[in-house]
Amino acid sequence: MGNGLLSRIGIPRLIISLFLAFLVASAFSYGLPMGQIFSAMLTRFGMNALLVLAMIPTIQAGAGPNFGLPFGIICGLIGATLAIELDLRDFTALFFAVGVSIPLGAIAGWLYGLLLNRVKGQEMTVGTYMGFSIVSLMCIFWLMAPYKSPEMVWPYGGDGLRVTVVLDGRMEQLLDRLWSFTVGGVRIPTGLLVVTVLCCVLLWIFMKTRTGLAMSIVGSNPRFAEASGLNVNKYRMIASIISCAMSATGIVIYSQSYGFIQLYQAPLYMALYSVSAILIGGASLQRATITQALIGTFLFNALLVIALPVANVAMDSDISEIMRVIISNGIILYALTRQEVGGDAR
Amino acid sequence: MRNIGKEYYGNRVLKGITFTLGEGEVLSLVGENGAGKSTLMNILFGMPVIHATGGFDGEVYLDGEKSIIKSPEEAMKLGIGMVHQEFMLLPGFSITENIKLNRETTKDNLFSKFFGKSLKWLDMPAMKRDARESMDAIGLAIDEMLPVKGLPVGHMQFVEIARELDKKNIRLLVLDEPTAVLTETDAEKLLEAMNILTKKGISILFISHRLDEVMKASDKIVVLRDGEQIAETTPSETTIERIAELMVGRKIESGEMHGRPVSSINEDPILEVKDFHVSMPGESVKGVTLEVKRGEILGIGGLAGQGKIGIANGIMGLFPSWGDVLKNGEPIRLNDARFALENGMAFVSEDRRGTGLLLDDSIEFNIVATATQVQGKFMTQEKIRILDSQGMAAHARQMIKELDIRCTGPSQLTRRLSGGNQQKVCIARAITLAPNLLFVSEPTRGIDIGAKKLILDHLVKLNREQGLTIIMTSSELAELRSICDRIAIVYQGKLEGILLPTDSDRDFGLMMAGEYHKRHEKEAV
Repeated sequence: MGNGLLSRIGIPRLIISLFLAFLVASAFSYGLPMGQIFSAMLTRFGMNALLVLAMIPTIQAGAGPNFGLPFGIICGLIGATLAIELDLRDFTALFFAVGVSIPLGAIAGWLYGLLLNRVKGQEMTVGTYMGFSIVSLMCIFWLMAPYKSPEMVWPYGGDGLRVTVVLDGRMEQLLDRLWSFTVGGVRIPTGLLVVTVLCCVLLWIFMKTRTGLAMSIVGSNPRFAEASGLNVNKYRMIASIISCAMSATGIVIYSQSYGFIQLYQAPLYMALYSVSAILIGGASLQRATITQALIGTFLFNALLVIALPVANVAMDSDISEIMRVIISNGIILYALTRQEVGGDAR
Repeated sequence: MRNIGKEYYGNRVLKGITFTLGEGEVLSLVGENGAGKSTLMNILFGMPVIHATGGFDGEVYLDGEKSIIKSPEEAMKLGIGMVHQEFMLLPGFSITENIKLNRETTKDNLFSKFFGKSLKWLDMPAMKRDARESMDAIGLAIDEMLPVKGLPVGHMQFVEIARELDKKNIRLLVLDEPTAVLTETDAEKLLEAMNILTKKGISILFISHRLDEVMKASDKIVVLRDGEQIAETTPSETTIERIAELMVGRKIESGEMHGRPVSSINEDPILEVKDFHVSMPGESVKGVTLEVKRGEILGIGGLAGQGKIGIANGIMGLFPSWGDVLKNGEPIRLNDARFALENGMAFVSEDRRGTGLLLDDSIEFNIVATATQVQGKFMTQEKIRILDSQGMAAHARQMIKELDIRCTGPSQLTRRLSGGNQQKVCIARAITLAPNLLFVSEPTRGIDIGAKKLILDHLVKLNREQGLTIIMTSSELAELRSICDRIAIVYQGKLEGILLPTDSDRDFGLMMAGEYHKRHEKEAV
């Protein structure tokens, strides 16, 4: 059943995997430091995994990929900056940031859910523009908010937060370093990966509970759900809340690994990267699984990590950002044009 | 039309239909839903659906000449006009504009001389004159410049007819159930208008379910049943009873009827429905009063659009409803699907793919989905209760065996199943809820004979072995008569009467056409 296998893997995944294999092979032949590259791949995978997993609840509940991700992300950024403002360090800072992010994210998700339930069928477009608007609105917040910590405010004037806040000595690479070890030149960010696995298990369990099942029934066929006595809007709302809370936590984990908190315009396109990652993984706009999210996160990020050094050697120029834009937008375009009605959802 | 035959995907829907229609005559086509009337008209009008599915057999002669009609445009050129069941009017445009649509009278202006015909101005006075003329011909005395939006349905129907009349070469007019949406006075006006038309030499092909109109208006009556021409007769030679009998008559052997004598059925009602209304588009229920006895199989029959489908949908809370419904003597909260399900009622929807299935989920999940939500079944018993996949698969395998669902296994997506097997999944889902009252709507629509028989037999088995009360709604009278104990016939949103499966074809035919009571009232006088 070669044909069956091909359709199960899917042509886009096949092309991307082959391209990735080609890049890895070229990296070898150029004699690039493979240990570093593989370490970076694992780290970036762990950094982004939760942000991509956050897509699953909304997709399963029929609201499509969460293009309003920046809303949740901003809540996570508030949590992280508050931790620094209070001069917290290490795990205290991390737990505080996550602890603040989750309820804030849930509130954001509730507001976003109110919006989503009014614009059924238009969630993606509305979500994207809502995300853009929130990011712009928050630019004012970052400038006006009464933060005082000298690590974060502009060194001159003393008002407003900087574009990037350095986490050095606060919670930089906290999870990455936890229990990490090196095998054959590849540093394994054990803590980060353990947290990722934990999140997957929690999400998996949640999706199998009655509420989780109800959510996926609502997404699969709202009329069936109504006939089964389910309140469609309620479960879409739950999905939105969970998704935003996950993305708020996700950005804290992302920032600690990255070593910087990026404010202002940085969250603008984050939703697009997460959406394209999960779609690369083989999810459709209606159905997504955890495996698809993980595969997609790995392929998408591995490609970005390795494309930069290879392209630098091969072309003497930095095309990695261009590649990233081409891949992420291309894959979203591909997913949007796939036939939705009557087509095969897998 | 001679010897017309048509196959859809190997399903023969028309067999050897032959009739002739003289100039200025009215020929009525009568038959149940699915008897082939619409297909026949589509052939006559050259609808693309006919040619897309492999054309038809036989020949059509117009004025003695063999005509091959390949498209609606050709049909119009040949002088055939059709008034559809659903209105094809532009609501925001005036009556005149609707009547003259795409055949506007135009006059030249400066631009059109240079840039061609499409820039000509409309000659509004001339158009109004034409529209007025056609409207007068059928006695429609309203302002020709009124917008169509907001007109009463009766007037819209007349505008449609006026539009056909305005085509000057019109010779044959097809009216597809024109009176279905009209009130009785409007319907009478329409019949008068038909009379005026025939005097002008226009022939009319009339399709209607209202048998009294058919008797009044036609010169000839052709009865179709299951794609066959059962009889051709004239109103003077026949009676409404006779036509009703011809329409319904099916060879059902008494051995195929499983219904039990009324005396053996429990008198105790499980469900009482009083003055029940459901607002379901196209199938609204307007005050049904009905009693369902414990342990019986009750059939609900009637023609499409009369409201039979609405009853089950209303009770199950899928469409807004009001009225009194008592189950076991206790009132049921209406418009609350959860409440209905928790009360031991289950529903197999007539809209299999739309409401009945999660097409992109597995068979096993489809079967247990409602039960997990309503009853918390198939969940593990630990502190955090998650889906018990083993229990689910085991139950699904048992259902697959019991209902003979043809599939590759419990994890196959329901989208990939045939209609019959999808329907079996829907039934399995309903049974999984262990209901004491089961609503089944159109269980055999669009599925093959083998699956049909299995489903019907299984319903009877459930009823006999577990004492499950079943309310089956179906358009197929033969199927109702084969398994039901009693059959309620719904006409215009109300209960017309309750019959036994052994009652005569004549009574069924009359009830479905809403003529039963009128007849009996007359007899009483």
